[in-house]
Amino acid sequence: MTASTDTLRTVRSLSQEGYKYGFVTDIEADEAPPGLSEETIRFISAKKEEPDWLLNWRIDAFRAWQKMTQPNWAKLHLTPIDYQAATYYSAPKQTAGPKSLDEVDPELLRTYEKLGIPLREREALAGVAVDAVFDSISVATTFKEELAKLGIIFCSMGEAVREHPDLVRRYLGTVVPQNDNFFAALNSAVFSDGSFAYIPPGIRCPMELSTYFRINAAKSGQFERTLLIADAGSYVSYLEGCTAPQRDENQLHAAVVELIAHEDAQIKYSTVQNWYPGDAEGRGGIYNFVTKRGTCRGTRAKISWTQVETGSAITWKYPSCVLEGDHSVGEFYSVAITNNRQQADTGTKMIHIGKDTRSTIVAKGISAGRGQNTYRGLVRVQPRAQDARNHTQCDSLLIGDRCGAHTVPYIEVRNPSARVEHEATTSKISDDQLFYCRQRGLSAEDAVSLIVNGFCKEVLKELPMEFAVEAQKLLAVSLEGSVG
Amino acid sequence: MTAPRPMLEIRNLHARLADGREILRGINLTVNAGEVHAIMGPNGSGKSTLAAVLTGREGYEISAGTVTYLDRSLLAMPADERAREGLFLAFQYPVEIPGVNNMYFLRAAINAQRRHRGEPELDAGQFLRAVRAKLKLLDIGEDLLQRAVNVGFSGGEKKRNEIFQMAMLEPRLAILDETDSGLDIDALRVVARGVNEQRAPDRAIVMITHYQRLLGYVEPDHVHVLQDGQIVESGDKDLAVELERRGYGAVGDAA
Repeated sequence: MTASTDTLRTVRSLSQEGYKYGFVTDIEADEAPPGLSEETIRFISAKKEEPDWLLNWRIDAFRAWQKMTQPNWAKLHLTPIDYQAATYYSAPKQTAGPKSLDEVDPELLRTYEKLGIPLREREALAGVAVDAVFDSISVATTFKEELAKLGIIFCSMGEAVREHPDLVRRYLGTVVPQNDNFFAALNSAVFSDGSFAYIPPGIRCPMELSTYFRINAAKSGQFERTLLIADAGSYVSYLEGCTAPQRDENQLHAAVVELIAHEDAQIKYSTVQNWYPGDAEGRGGIYNFVTKRGTCRGTRAKISWTQVETGSAITWKYPSCVLEGDHSVGEFYSVAITNNRQQADTGTKMIHIGKDTRSTIVAKGISAGRGQNTYRGLVRVQPRAQDARNHTQCDSLLIGDRCGAHTVPYIEVRNPSARVEHEATTSKISDDQLFYCRQRGLSAEDAVSLIVNGFCKEVLKELPMEFAVEAQKLLAVSLEGSVG
Repeated sequence: MTAPRPMLEIRNLHARLADGREILRGINLTVNAGEVHAIMGPNGSGKSTLAAVLTGREGYEISAGTVTYLDRSLLAMPADERAREGLFLAFQYPVEIPGVNNMYFLRAAINAQRRHRGEPELDAGQFLRAVRAKLKLLDIGEDLLQRAVNVGFSGGEKKRNEIFQMAMLEPRLAILDETDSGLDIDALRVVARGVNEQRAPDRAIVMITHYQRLLGYVEPDHVHVLQDGQIVESGDKDLAVELERRGYGAVGDAA
């Protein structure tokens, strides 16, 4: 037997640790009846005691959605989604709107502890404020009072609608309109909760703001909406994490994230997405259709997206930057892993509108097993965007010979002063690299993890320190069983 | 005085490629602790295959023979275990690993081996002190350690880095595969000094080389000539000099 077979065996034997977030929390839920109609939307809006303007906003979105069809331009194969079979609202039953963590169902607190996200503040992650979203609603937000002292608002979207209606009304849908696309319209109609943050002028948010999304209920979709506003000269770093139980059927996640950065403001938005990816044969897993977009409204504003996408059966997301302000900057750093039967079609859009706007795209795709990984990106330079610059780097790493990597860049330049660069590479983890590592004493799985982490380094270094280590481990776990 | 138990004992080793071609055709070799052996031979004689088979590289089938290393069957161990048991290969073509810092890589390797021996891992400070002590020996600047493993290294830097790794890992048995190839005379001297510094009573070194060049700087105790997958002649350091003079063509006739 050759060493290669041996390597395979070693790696396989370690591989079946599997998805460790696949447990289900047994908790009574308050659910909408399955199906989607204006009734469902009125039900959700009523549950959340929303003002009329928001109900009407939702209804408008729903009517737009009814006229749209699910997009099929992505390189994805999926079973048709029955939108009438899903449940659009599921909330853990608890005394309405817990005022403090003491009122939160202990079962929920235990769930988040198990996920490594303690919510009780005395145990909470140092320097990280967390909004925990469980199925359709936010169950807890930590460090709220401390942030409030600086004028920072960090709460669930539901609370923001109640407590800060003017801010919500002024910004909601201004980056991603209700009828932006099929999934964004669906989200606009039925979104149940999400996170809201507002950083006042000149304030540097002293801790990471974070949302932790958890899908628990069977057959329910999750449709959260996040709105983040950085007022002039402010700074915020925001992180979202996601997991879901292991279930045989596919579950839909269609989120919308809107970021607004005013003059001289900076938003750093990091995602570690680890939704349940389905099993090795492709049964189950989350369908992740997400619209994320940020607008640099003011001069010198900066928005930076960093994503580590390891989960979901299907990932369809293109976190984008609209660079309106002169001298504004957009960045997109991405690692997407597809193993087994996972499929990802992900990338970004950089829309240069203002003068001297700059964007950087670094996308790393890793395909293993029968995974299919597509980078799809648009760089558009509008006529007014004098001296716009873009640099794009797309690297694909293949592990084994049954996976695929695809790169689909779109470049539209309408100003002759623009400079747009695109570099792309495709490589394989070579037997030489594996052997070199093993000859120095590293096990096969440590060798793969080392090589992959090296490949992703430029992206991982963009993550906040606390999460970079987590992300590295996640990469290793996601690729277990992938050699060969 | 009783004879020491051999560190490495190769008996009738046959190995072939996946296509069935037999490359090693009955190798016999005994290497004791403290010894330096040179294995010489023309291109295609099986020198690099021998190094690959001993270190557990995939792609070869062992069709006959045994290899005993420190009283254990070497061929039964996976490649990484052989390394953790103190078997080191200085690669003829060191491999590039983009994005992986040279220091990080080396520390991961050292700690994998220390864990295997039940020793505590080195923390960053201890590791750095150990590194600095060995850097001078091989004329390596600290900047080389901050670069990605072998990425953008010159040929000479790659070879020095291999011997530097050997100095850090302190193997029991080191196989140097064509370490002299591609080195200019200054680099050859530095590498040779690095190897000589590591000669020790409890360590054996096997140098695989086409030319006698390196042997002028690292004096072997034994020289073997490999031809068509067999050791056809063995002798002391003078054999290397003689080979240089008469060429490989005449070897074997006298054996």
